[in-house]
Amino acid sequence: MRPTPIESNPGRSQNTGQNTGESSAMNLTREQLLDAYRKMRMIRAFEEKLGELVAAGKMGGFMHLYAGEEAVAVGVCAQLGQRDTVASTHRGHGHCIAKGVDVGAMMAELFGRASGTCKGKGGSMHIADVEKGMLGANGIVGAGIPLTTGAALTAKLKRSGGVAVAFFGDGATNQGAFHESLNMAANWKLPALYVVENNGFGEFTPTEFVVPVKDIAVRAGSYAMESAIADGMDFFDVYEKAGEALEHCRSGHGPVLLECKTYRFAGHFVGDPLVYRSKEEAEDWIQNRDPLDRFESHCVEAQLVDADDLRQIDHAVQEELEAAVEAAEAAPFPDLSEITTDVYYTPPGEGGAR
Amino acid sequence: MSRKLNLGMAVNEAIHIAMETDPDVILMGEDVAGGGDREGDGIDEMGGVLGTTKGLVKSFPDRVLDTPISEMGIVGTAVGAAATGMRPVVELMFVDFLGTCLDPLLNQAAKLRYMFGGKARIPLTVRTVSGAGMQAAAQHSQSLYWMTAGIPGLKTVIPSNPADAKGLLLASIRDDNPVIFCEAKLVLGATGEVPEGDYEVPIGKASLVREGGDVSLIGFGGTVAVCQRAAKKLAAEGIEADVLDLRSLQPLDEEAILTTLAKTGRVVVVDESTPRSSVASDVAALCVDQGFDSLETPVKRVTAPHSPVPFSRPLEQAYLPSPERVIEAVRSQG
Repeated sequence: MRPTPIESNPGRSQNTGQNTGESSAMNLTREQLLDAYRKMRMIRAFEEKLGELVAAGKMGGFMHLYAGEEAVAVGVCAQLGQRDTVASTHRGHGHCIAKGVDVGAMMAELFGRASGTCKGKGGSMHIADVEKGMLGANGIVGAGIPLTTGAALTAKLKRSGGVAVAFFGDGATNQGAFHESLNMAANWKLPALYVVENNGFGEFTPTEFVVPVKDIAVRAGSYAMESAIADGMDFFDVYEKAGEALEHCRSGHGPVLLECKTYRFAGHFVGDPLVYRSKEEAEDWIQNRDPLDRFESHCVEAQLVDADDLRQIDHAVQEELEAAVEAAEAAPFPDLSEITTDVYYTPPGEGGAR
Repeated sequence: MSRKLNLGMAVNEAIHIAMETDPDVILMGEDVAGGGDREGDGIDEMGGVLGTTKGLVKSFPDRVLDTPISEMGIVGTAVGAAATGMRPVVELMFVDFLGTCLDPLLNQAAKLRYMFGGKARIPLTVRTVSGAGMQAAAQHSQSLYWMTAGIPGLKTVIPSNPADAKGLLLASIRDDNPVIFCEAKLVLGATGEVPEGDYEVPIGKASLVREGGDVSLIGFGGTVAVCQRAAKKLAAEGIEADVLDLRSLQPLDEEAILTTLAKTGRVVVVDESTPRSSVASDVAALCVDQGFDSLETPVKRVTAPHSPVPFSRPLEQAYLPSPERVIEAVRSQG
C-alpha cells in the first residue's frame, strides 16, 4: 500500500478558541444529554466508590482514578458506535464506562472475581471488552497508541467505516510509540483519533517540566496532521471538537490529534500523598471547573433538562453501584486452574498449548 | 512435486500462499516492498534487505505495506490490527532490533488474551533474521529466541531447512497466537527440496532427522546441520547418533526429547545462542528433571560463549558451535 502524498501543511487547523457559532452539541436531544450525564455521574461515583473500597482495605492493586476528566471520555465516546474502537490507559475506568462496558462486570473485575470483565485476570489496568470495541486499559504509558493505529489500519483495509480512538495522557506524548504511530497514521491516512488528556501532570511531574511546548496539539504539525484543542472540563466543547475530528476521520481525510485540557481531581494513584501540587490549585479546578457542575448549570440554565432529572440519575447511579459492589463481593474468585488458561488460543477440540 | 529452493524463497512462497488464501493476511515492515510498485520508471523493488519478500507487492499491492523505520510503531500497529481482525505478518529485519519493539511483544501481543480473560486473539507473525554467520557483528548477529521463548503468550519457531520453513511459516501465520518466526542466517542460503502447494508443519513438533541408537544430538535452526555433520563423523568411528530438530522452541516438544533420551541415554544439545537462561539449559534441565533414570552420562551443552558476537571472521567461526565441539562433547561423556 502506497500512501497518498500529503501536501506540506504544518500545524494546520489549530483550533484553539472557544466554541463559536452553531455547535453540534447544541443539537443533542434531552435523552442524549441525560445519557451523557448518567455516564459522567457513573464515572465519578464509580471512582469515588473505589477510593472508599481501597481505603477500607476491601480492594487491592494499583488504582488510578479518572474523576475530573469525565467530560473527555463521555464527550468523545458519546459519538462512537459498535464499529469504533477505544484503546485506553492505566486511568481507564472512565473510558470503559463511556464505551458501554458493564459496570457490574467492571466492579467484579476490580474485586478479582471470576465474573469480572476479564475473569479477574486483568484488574484495574487491563479492563477490556473487545466485543464492545474496548481494546483495554493499559499498564504501559503510550502502548495503547500503536494498538489504535493498528485498529485504524484494520478499519481502513476492511472499509468498516469505523474510527479507532486512543485516549492517553500528556506523558504518553513523550514516548516513541506516540510519534511513530502518528507518523504512520498520517502517512497512511488512517481513521484514527488520538485524544490527549492533558491533565498537567505526568505522574507527579508537572508537564511543563518535561515538555517544551505549551500545547501538545502542536506536535501534530510534524506529521501534517489535523489537530484541535478542547476544554476538557466542558462536555460540550469536547463533544463539538471530537465530532468534527471524527467526521474528518470517517470521511477518509486521515487522523486527528485532539488535545483536551483537563485535571485529575485525585492523585496519580489511590494513596498518592499529593505533595507535588498546591491545595489552592486543586481546589480551584475542583470547585470552579468540575465538568459535572458545568454540565448541570449549562443544561439547567438553558432549560434543556431539569435539576430533578439529574438528581434522579444520581440516585439511580448510586443504587446501581451499591448493587454492583454487593454482587461482586458475593461472587466467587476464579478457580486456581485459571492461572494457566487463556495464555494461548487453542482451537476447539485440540489440547491446550502450554 | 517438489523443487530445490533456498530458505528465503520458501518463506516467500509461504507468504504468497497465505495471502492468496486469506484476504486478512497483510505483510508489513521496513522495505518489504522496498519502493517497487512504482511503474514505468525503470526501477525495481528491494523486497526486504535480503530480498526475501520480493515480488509480493506486485501480487498484493494493497496488502504489502512499506513502513518507516519505526519498529515499535510497526509491531505495535500490527498487534492492534491483529486484535481487530487482520492477520499481520511483520518483518523485523534482524532480531537484534527486538530492543526497539519489545513492549508491543512482551506486554501487548503476549498478554492481551490472558489479561482480557481469553476474550482476544492475536494472530500475529513476526518474521526475523536471527543469529551469526554473516560477519554482521554484535548488533546484527544475536540469537534471541531464548528470550521470546521464555515469554508466556508467545510462540517461537526456528526452521532448519527450506521445506520446514515453508510449512512452519504457513502454520505460524494461520495460528491465532503471536508467533516469532526465526530465520537463522546459517541456513538462509541453504537449498533443499520444497514441496509445492499449501501445507503446514505443525508448531510444537520436533523432527527426528537422523536415527542412531548411541547418542542424541539435539539442535534447531542452524545447529541441526552442525549436528548432522558431527553425526557423520561419529558414524565413521562407529558411534550412531539420533539427530533431533526441535523446530519449535515454545511450545517445546518435550515428548520427542524424552523419547530420544530414553533410546540413547546420552544427550548433547547444540544451541548457537549464549549459555545463560538458554534453550540448551532448558533442554538439559528437562532431561535431568524428567528423564533422569534414562541418563547414562551427564547432559552436555554446546553453545556460544557468554559474549557478544565478534566481527572478525575467525573469531565469529570459533564463536559458533562446530561439529568438532559437538564431537568433543560426545567424547567427554565417555
